Amino acid sequence: MHKITSLRMEHITKRFPGTLACDDITLSVGEGEILALVGENGAGKTTLMNILMGLYQSDEGRILINGEEVRFKSPNDAFSAGLGMVHQQYMLVSNMTVTENIALGYKAAWSALKLDLAKVRARIVEISDKYGLAVDPDAYIWQLSVGEQQRVELVKTLCLGARFLILDEPTSALTPQETDELIVLLKRMKRELSIIFISHKLQEVKNLCDNLLILRHGAVVYEGKTADHSMADIAALMTGHEVELPVNEEEACSGAVVLDIRDLDVKSDRGFLALDGFNLAVRCGEIVGLAGVSGNGQRELAEAINGLRRVERGQILFYGEDLANKSPHHIIDSGMGYIPEERNTEGIVPSFSLKENLILKDTEREEFSNHHFLKNKAIEENATELRVKFDIRSPNTSVAAGSLSGGNIQKVILAREISRKPKFLLAVYPIRGLDLGAAEFIHKQLLEKRREGVGILLISEELDEILDLSDRVAVIFKGKIQQILDRKDANRRKLGILMAGVGDDQAL
Amino acid sequence: MNTAVNILSLGIPFSVALLIASLGEMFNQRSGVFNLGCEGIMAMGAFLGMLVPYSVGHGGPTAEIYNVLGLLLAMGVGALFGTLFGLVVVTFRAPEGIAGIGLQMFGVGVAGTLFRHFIGGTQSVIGIDRTPIPLLSAIPIIGPIFFSHNVVVYLAFLFVPLSWYILFKTPWGLRVRAVGTNPRAADSIGINVNRVRYQALAVGGALAGLAGAYLSLCQAKMFSDGIIAGRGFIAVALVYFGHWHPVKIMGGALLFSLAQSLQLAIQGQGIAFPYEFAVMLPYVLVIVVLAFSRESQLLGPSALGKPFNREKRI
Repeated sequence: MHKITSLRMEHITKRFPGTLACDDITLSVGEGEILALVGENGAGKTTLMNILMGLYQSDEGRILINGEEVRFKSPNDAFSAGLGMVHQQYMLVSNMTVTENIALGYKAAWSALKLDLAKVRARIVEISDKYGLAVDPDAYIWQLSVGEQQRVELVKTLCLGARFLILDEPTSALTPQETDELIVLLKRMKRELSIIFISHKLQEVKNLCDNLLILRHGAVVYEGKTADHSMADIAALMTGHEVELPVNEEEACSGAVVLDIRDLDVKSDRGFLALDGFNLAVRCGEIVGLAGVSGNGQRELAEAINGLRRVERGQILFYGEDLANKSPHHIIDSGMGYIPEERNTEGIVPSFSLKENLILKDTEREEFSNHHFLKNKAIEENATELRVKFDIRSPNTSVAAGSLSGGNIQKVILAREISRKPKFLLAVYPIRGLDLGAAEFIHKQLLEKRREGVGILLISEELDEILDLSDRVAVIFKGKIQQILDRKDANRRKLGILMAGVGDDQAL
Repeated sequence: MNTAVNILSLGIPFSVALLIASLGEMFNQRSGVFNLGCEGIMAMGAFLGMLVPYSVGHGGPTAEIYNVLGLLLAMGVGALFGTLFGLVVVTFRAPEGIAGIGLQMFGVGVAGTLFRHFIGGTQSVIGIDRTPIPLLSAIPIIGPIFFSHNVVVYLAFLFVPLSWYILFKTPWGLRVRAVGTNPRAADSIGINVNRVRYQALAVGGALAGLAGAYLSLCQAKMFSDGIIAGRGFIAVALVYFGHWHPVKIMGGALLFSLAQSLQLAIQGQGIAFPYEFAVMLPYVLVIVVLAFSRESQLLGPSALGKPFNREKRI
């Protein structure tokens, strides 16, 4: 069990049918080093790491550890060489305890007739003491917060003997505080081991990583010191063009209140009150950003506004009419536009064609139907027009919408909602998982609608997105509004504290 | 008083086929696969179980050995068909519901055909007789209810703590639960998801085969076409009813079979009650209980019914 003092991947090439996922990539990580691996979706980061972990075989190239060539035929080979990966989606079994989850991979505790959980527990204690990672070995995974689950993932990977860590977008689900803690932790851990850190968030990359490798379309476009480049430069290298995320700089609007939510109580799937006396008002021509860690009632709020979830108590006043417990059909007809959280399952019908998805909400309107028969020509014309206007990249208008990339699916949804001339837009995590180019486009469209006088409620976890776009920022915590701030008063630190459930008084 | 003792002492052996089959199905489902073909494997087990003592047995001191061989043959073929089911749904990823119905029809059909070919008509076997436990069976009331049954009954109830231990205290049980809840997580730390599912299906098949052989060798002491009479499906329902936990599954099996023996008692006593309704009683009970029992998503195998494919995301 010696340290991994150097790891090199040389000239890695991997072809998938029709695409070159990795094109002659070389990377190297030295002892105690943190390498940032950045790039847009589809740039080849995940494929490259899957090759390193033995999930895929590369077509060309080799891997060297401490100068010796190694071959990984399966993840097991990579583990025994000392590599460990923390995946973006946590690989934990929710109905088992922390100890059981770790026992699953800890073969030293296995004998045919008995599982030696005491041995696993001792190992957990040893590792958490060594790295300062506190976990409760007896907690069930479903009882833990996202941040705690990530600690369990780290402990698990280390318990199983990792001496080299690969972290795939480790901060994407964390609150700002949890992110800061993780970064402090990783800085401490790099004394013991080396790390590859995959991230979209350039601020973290700048904070944490010594070296940087930028991939675009499967090839390396930059390799070197992180300190040598500004964040804007890195973004430009990632995307291949200058990226400037639009910022809302106009005067806050003082139009009439169009959406007024009063004392709203809504239950979650598990039966407890996910929204508990929730109040929020949005004016026309205003973007209100609703910041919060997901799971604090955002999903239930969006569903209640759109008639998809029962309202127990309270009112949703929309231009003076109470929409609580009205049918989705009625709510759509009264002018509500909705960009849902789950774009693949709620936003589109994946097996329907692009053009059909663009008229899903208008199948009964005369424009597209004639006595219950669809007007194919009008539908085709509509799709052709929107495809150009919203820059939807697809071979034609008849492809299945589900076959498009995430960014293009989001553009389809946006095109449908905006072209219906809504009186209001509810956008839930509109750029989650999208790369910078698509995010830029979507933000521009939202700001454009705001200028036209549409009220917008933007639900997001991304503080940058909230701060860039909002006129006012509301923070949701455990189903209640924690506080509402004007744009000029809002900053990352303040929002982060509020999102974690700490009231303003306590912070001071 | 006497009637009550009779209902209980009949109900317990009635529950055994259900108990064994649903413990087997529990392993299937814990690993993430549900096998609706349980009924078919039970039918084959019932036929094969009695075939051995029927063709070579005929009493005598060696009869016991042939009975045991019959049980083992039924288990072996059950395990084989569990594995074949794995080939269809685990390797080829066929929809489990349809494949299970196919296996059910196949098993029932093959057992019936072989029965007509090798045996032909109603033939009984000596089967496995009751072995009252000395001393304990002499205790009034408790003795006849709990300690005057055949060996397989005692065995079946031993399976309950045994399968609990296997599921929750051994590395294999841990793997089974993991691949049934989050196969991707199991895969990511080097567990072969499909292999574990095959193993669980083989265990489940063996137990279904044993349950079938119990019906022909211990309960009816003969084979007929409708011998399983939907017990395979009831067993699948009992696994949901018992929330994938051996003790709760045992509770379900007992509840159902006590209702069964109660309805027989109603008929036997000549109580003026339409027997059609009496026969319906246990089945209605299962439907009612299932309708009112809340599924516990937190603890069950959440990947149930979903084939695992490493390459496929989301």
